[in-house]
Amino acid sequence: MAGLSVPIPLIELTAVTKVYGQGDAAVHALAGIDLRIAAGELVALMGPSGSGKSTAMNILGCLDTPTAGTYRFRGLAVTGLSRDERARLRRNELGFVFQGFNLLKRTSALENVELPLIYRRVPRSERVARARQALARVGLSGREGHTPGELSGGQQQRVAIARAIVTEPSLLLADEPTGNLDTARGHEIMALLTQLNRERGLTILMVTHEADMAAYAHRVIHFRDGLVVNEALS
Amino acid sequence: MFFNSLLLALREIRRNLLRSALTMLGIIIGVAAVIVMVTLGDGATLQVTRQIESLGTNLLMIRMGQRMGPGSSANAPPFKLEDVVALQREIPAIRAIAPSAAQGMTAIVGSRNWSTSVTGTDNRFFTVRNWVLAEGRLFTDSELRAGRAVCVIGATVRRELFGDQDPLGTRIRLKQIACEVIGLLEGKGQSAMGADQDDLILMPLRTFQRRIAGNQDVTLIQLSVHEGVALERARADIERLMRERRHVHPSDLDNFSVRDMQEIATMLTGTTQILTALLSAVAAVSLLVGGIGIMNIMLVSVTERTREIGIRLAIGALEREVLMQFLVEAVVLSSLGGLLGILLALVASVGLTQLLRVPYVFNGAIVLTAFGFSAMVGILFGYFPARRAAQLDPIEALRHE
Repeated sequence: MAGLSVPIPLIELTAVTKVYGQGDAAVHALAGIDLRIAAGELVALMGPSGSGKSTAMNILGCLDTPTAGTYRFRGLAVTGLSRDERARLRRNELGFVFQGFNLLKRTSALENVELPLIYRRVPRSERVARARQALARVGLSGREGHTPGELSGGQQQRVAIARAIVTEPSLLLADEPTGNLDTARGHEIMALLTQLNRERGLTILMVTHEADMAAYAHRVIHFRDGLVVNEALS
Repeated sequence: MFFNSLLLALREIRRNLLRSALTMLGIIIGVAAVIVMVTLGDGATLQVTRQIESLGTNLLMIRMGQRMGPGSSANAPPFKLEDVVALQREIPAIRAIAPSAAQGMTAIVGSRNWSTSVTGTDNRFFTVRNWVLAEGRLFTDSELRAGRAVCVIGATVRRELFGDQDPLGTRIRLKQIACEVIGLLEGKGQSAMGADQDDLILMPLRTFQRRIAGNQDVTLIQLSVHEGVALERARADIERLMRERRHVHPSDLDNFSVRDMQEIATMLTGTTQILTALLSAVAAVSLLVGGIGIMNIMLVSVTERTREIGIRLAIGALEREVLMQFLVEAVVLSSLGGLLGILLALVASVGLTQLLRVPYVFNGAIVLTAFGFSAMVGILFGYFPARRAAQLDPIEALRHE
């Protein structure tokens, strides 16, 4: 990373392992990885199935805890946090975008985007205003009342992105955000994410299989057999 | 937190209107059943009480034989007219006393016949039992003394034997005698036991004894006591005198029984209340089944919505917030069901009380109890599914198809 100004580390993984099962049946999903991600980066994680990138995403998203090693988020040791404390961290600092969109069915786009704000106890009028704003930000003004069933795949993913950014998180975790979309829609989503990264300084970490989507990232981290095998700047 | 959970729960209920309605159905029916049962029971009890009070609470009846047990009156000797005279003379508390003897038989007028009960008595019977004449007259002293074939008939007998015709002066055939109708009684309607009180023919006791029964027996003595007299006291006096007159050995039990209306009232309202309690218990079981229905649907709903729960947990819902949401959902469903059940019950109670001709009594306590119970059912049966939802692993839940 020589040549770049040293950014403030937002995420710091040190010798993180994750083991499922015990004894001979033990599977080392993560065999000891070190990872530093600075605020404002757009990073892509790549690697074949079972390489540990999803496990890493779960740990980074505070949905899972490592077997050993430490995970610091802005210097805070996540490893020692309780289930509720991790939930609060997700609520206040993280945004999630999934491959399958994961919107609430039969629920309007507006109500879907409002959801994280409800858990953050944002008063109603402010909540609706912010949800509308977020939808406008992803280019879905006028579709507030549409349910996921009435929206295309690309539009659904935009709603999901609006839901993720409505709380103004410091880190957006995207698990194959373009995996369920055709190439054109995929590029539109990537353009949107890049724009959010550039204009808001939103740190984005995404898992992808597709090299042309990974090309949008500042940095690509390759996983194999539970290890980081290659970090490349693009 | 509660307000938030309520918002989330209401959104969820609105999203699944049909399922929500079906879930509530069990509670609606349960609550409605309990309230309707209790309301009908209250109405029946009130009706029984009113009817018995209309007979007069100062009424005593002396019957042959012991109070309890079958066949116990078989070897008890009948009363005599002298017993009545003695009671009237010895016990000042008695206001009016009437001897009677009765038998069921067929009454015939022309081509019509009607099976009814024929009672031999005298004019004091009308006083004791609060009978009022609609038309005609009572028995004269000479008719009573001579045992004339005259009779006073109840409203049912009149309707069945005469229809629209005027019965006065017509003769009714009762066994071997032809009885002239001299009076018509006003209708009283059904008794507390459900018997038709107007289905009777009255004739002078002497006529009945000589020409129908063929003996001098009196089978029932009915009497009323003066206002303000302690019924128990009068009753004890009567029992003492009757034991003496009937030569009952001090160690033997009475071979007659004195019953007052209060006692019959207590017994009957007791019976209605037991029945009410029993039916309400059955209805309460249906409320419980309704609760299990809610638990069932909530469990299915948790499984069905696993992915949704995963999303909620991922975006930062706390365990207890998910628990609260599902719990509030269950409670809102059951309370809403309770409210609808109350509405249904009010409509059904008014309709059914009119249909069954019992008075409608609004019982606020049972309405509140049923509502409280339905809300409690929601908490009780909603907790388990809610806890299951709250404890889901977000990663597993998100992977759920």
